[in-house]
Amino acid sequence: MNVRLYVLQRASAAFMAPLLLIHLGVIFYASSRGFSAADILARTRGSLFWGGFYAAFVAAAATHAAIGVRVIASEWTRWRGRSLGALMWACGLLLAALGVTAVAAVVLT
Amino acid sequence: MGEIAVSLWRGKADGSYQVYRVPQRDNQTVLDVVTWVQRNVDPTLAYRFACRVGMCGSCAMTVNGRPRWTCRTHTAKVVKNGNLEIGPLANLPIIKDLACDLRPFFEKWQKARAVFSPGLTRKDAIERIMPTTAARLAADAAIECINCAVCYAACDTVRWNADYLGPAALNRAWTLVNDVRDTANPQRLAAVAAAGGCHACHSHQSCQQHCPNALNPTASIAGLKRHTMQAYLKGELE
Repeated sequence: MNVRLYVLQRASAAFMAPLLLIHLGVIFYASSRGFSAADILARTRGSLFWGGFYAAFVAAAATHAAIGVRVIASEWTRWRGRSLGALMWACGLLLAALGVTAVAAVVLT
Repeated sequence: MGEIAVSLWRGKADGSYQVYRVPQRDNQTVLDVVTWVQRNVDPTLAYRFACRVGMCGSCAMTVNGRPRWTCRTHTAKVVKNGNLEIGPLANLPIIKDLACDLRPFFEKWQKARAVFSPGLTRKDAIERIMPTTAARLAADAAIECINCAVCYAACDTVRWNADYLGPAALNRAWTLVNDVRDTANPQRLAAVAAAGGCHACHSHQSCQQHCPNALNPTASIAGLKRHTMQAYLKGELE
């Protein structure tokens, strides 16, 4: 890992920490109130706030995890070179695509 | 006193442990045990030592599974039920028996630019260094390294990542980052911020756990992480 990836991974972690706490709070709130899926979707659909919140969460998580996977792959398999960077990008884009799909499913009608 | 059943590594990487019976003495060090075997049983036993007083850093070996300076390790402290296992340092190629090839270790010192680059010549006046400045205190806290490679042998990241510069080289680089007389910090920060540099450290702290001089290379590496991150955010590093 070089300094650029280090800064990106730490910054994405710091950015994600409060979002994660809010996310957990929302889960506890929805569970304790006994919300159904329809109740939740009624609140999230068309919501710019929740769309933006979870899009930011997905971007940070995809960045953080992709850099982590790159480190694990290089240490556990001695993987080096450009293909290691390609693995990181592929992992990040896959996670971002999955996340955006999930966000779209609960925000877009 | 009795005898110690000493298992010594013999051969290269594909070698094995062989057991020797060595008389136990008062105030006997692990290095004394190895020397006794070499002088009384098998003169072909290869190992390395020089000062015998914990200054030169030559005699580090793996004792009962952990790296130690053998000249300052008493057998009374490490012999378990009359047994003692002594092997070469981990994470370094074995030359023969207990002697390792330290070239990768010192090549990484060079790669980290962990070498003093003065800005003055002998014709200039000696620079006054205030011992109380924060930078000098940070350098002093890390300066007593004897290059024994115990931290390098103890490091998980070195074992996993062949490119990692290792705790000793980065610790030395940190002392120079804090040395106001040095002129090579831009190049040094670039060297330690590259792949395999300080950011590869996982802060497991095995280096500070095993350092015979009670140094804390993990803290030095954390300092390098802070310095390089600040330099990167200022646009001084790519």
